[in-house]
Amino acid sequence: MISIVDYGVGNLFSLSSSLRSIGADTIVTNDKQKILDSSAIILPGVGAFSDAQEKLRNSGLFELIKSEAEKGKKLLGICLGMQMLFEKSFEYGEYEGLGLIKGNIMPLEGKIPSELKIPHIGWNSLNFKNGKSDLFKYINEGDFVYFVHSYYGADCEESVIATSEYGIDVTAAVQKDNIYGCQFHPEKSGDVGLNILKSFCEMGDC
Amino acid sequence: MITKRIIPCLDVKNGRVVKGVNFSGLSDVSSPVELAEYYSKAGADELVFYDITASFEGRELFTDILTEVASKIFIPLTVGGGINSLDDFDRVLKCGADKVSVNSGAIKNPGLIREASLKYGDQCVVLSCDVKRVDGGFRLFAKGGREDTGINAIEWIKQGVSNGAGEIVVNSIDTDGVKNGFDIEMLQAVCEVVNVPVIASGGAGCSEDFIKLFNSIPTIDAGLAASIFHFGEVEINDLKKLLKDNNINVRL
Repeated sequence: MISIVDYGVGNLFSLSSSLRSIGADTIVTNDKQKILDSSAIILPGVGAFSDAQEKLRNSGLFELIKSEAEKGKKLLGICLGMQMLFEKSFEYGEYEGLGLIKGNIMPLEGKIPSELKIPHIGWNSLNFKNGKSDLFKYINEGDFVYFVHSYYGADCEESVIATSEYGIDVTAAVQKDNIYGCQFHPEKSGDVGLNILKSFCEMGDC
Repeated sequence: MITKRIIPCLDVKNGRVVKGVNFSGLSDVSSPVELAEYYSKAGADELVFYDITASFEGRELFTDILTEVASKIFIPLTVGGGINSLDDFDRVLKCGADKVSVNSGAIKNPGLIREASLKYGDQCVVLSCDVKRVDGGFRLFAKGGREDTGINAIEWIKQGVSNGAGEIVVNSIDTDGVKNGFDIEMLQAVCEVVNVPVIASGGAGCSEDFIKLFNSIPTIDAGLAASIFHFGEVEINDLKKLLKDNNINVRL
C-alpha cells in the first residue's frame, strides 16, 4: 500500500484519483502507523515552504518520513513535497527541509531571463540527466509534464534525473537511491504523469 | 521549452454542457464528463469549466460533475462562474479544480483576489475579464459583458496581478462571437503591463487565428475557445500540429 501524506497542505483529490486510476492501493493519511505499514510514501504539497515544513513538523511526521526514507522505503516528493526533500529553502527566509537530497531551494527570480514569467507555469519537456532513472521507465525523453512553481532545486547536480529548459536548466526531477522527487505535477500531466506514477508504484510494490 | 497552451472552455448549465454538439463517437455530447475525456484525448492542455447555472441545485450538480471529471481526467482544470467568496473557492477546489477563475465576483468584492491568493496561492487564482472598447479606451464590463463598470480594464488587470492573481484571461467583447480572430491590440496592451501568464479569449474562428495570435504576441501563453472546438470546426490535435509546423512550440 502507498501512503499519501496528508499534513494539511493542498488538495489531494487529484493525486489519490490518479493513483487509483492506475490501480494502486492508496491511502490518504496522517496516521503514523499506517505510514509505517505502507510500502511506499508520497509527500505532496502546494503553497509556501515555511508553512509546509512547519505543518509537517507539527504533525509529528517530519522525523518519521525521514527515518523511513533513510531505512530504504520508497519516497516520492511532488512539487513542494520535492522541495521539502532538500536541505534548505530560501523562500521568504531560510528553512530546513528533510535533508534527504543534497541541495537548496532557490527563487527562479534573478536566475532566469527577466522576460520569462514567474511562476513557471505550463507544460514543459523533460531532458533526462545522469542516465535514465527507473522512475522514467514508461516515458521518453522530451515528453511533456505540467509545472507550477516559483522556486527550484539548486546545487543538486548529482541527484538530478531530469531538467526542463526555462531560460536555465530547471531541476524537474531528482533521485537519490530510494528517494525521488518531481517538481512538476505527475497527477496533472496526463498519460505521461500516470506512467511516472505507475513506475513509482511498481518499485514500491503498491 | 515551455509550450503554448490550447484550452477549450465548456459552459455548464444544470450539469449539462451547453452548445456541445456535433461530435462523432460521443454518445452524449452534453455530458461534461464525456466531453472532457474527449478533449483530454484530443490534446487539450487544460480545461475550463464555466458554471452558468443560477440555482443552488444547479450548483450542487456542477460540483458532483466536477468531482467526476477530476477523478478521471488528469490535466489542469479551471473552474469559473459564480465565484464570489472564499467559500466558493473552497467548494470547487475540494472537487478537484486546480485553478479558480473570478470575474464579476472580484468587481463586487475587490478584496477577493488577495484573500484567495493568500489562502490558496497565486497559482490558484485566475482573473477573468470581459473587456470592450469605450471612448478609445479599454473598459471593464461585468455580468457576462452586459454592464459597463466604468473601470479602465488595463488598470484593473494591473491591480489584480499586484493583489495576487496568478493568471489573466482576457475576453474581448468586441471580437467575441465574430470569429474573425483574437483581439491582438487589446491582448498586446495587457501583455505589456503584466508579467503573469495571459490567456487570450474571444474571436477564434479558425486555426490560422491561433497562429496569428502566437506570432503577433510572443508573450501570450494560451488561446482559449469554445464553439470552434465544440462544433468540430477545429480539431485540437490538428491545430497543434499546424502550430508546430509554424514553429510555435506546443505539446504533441
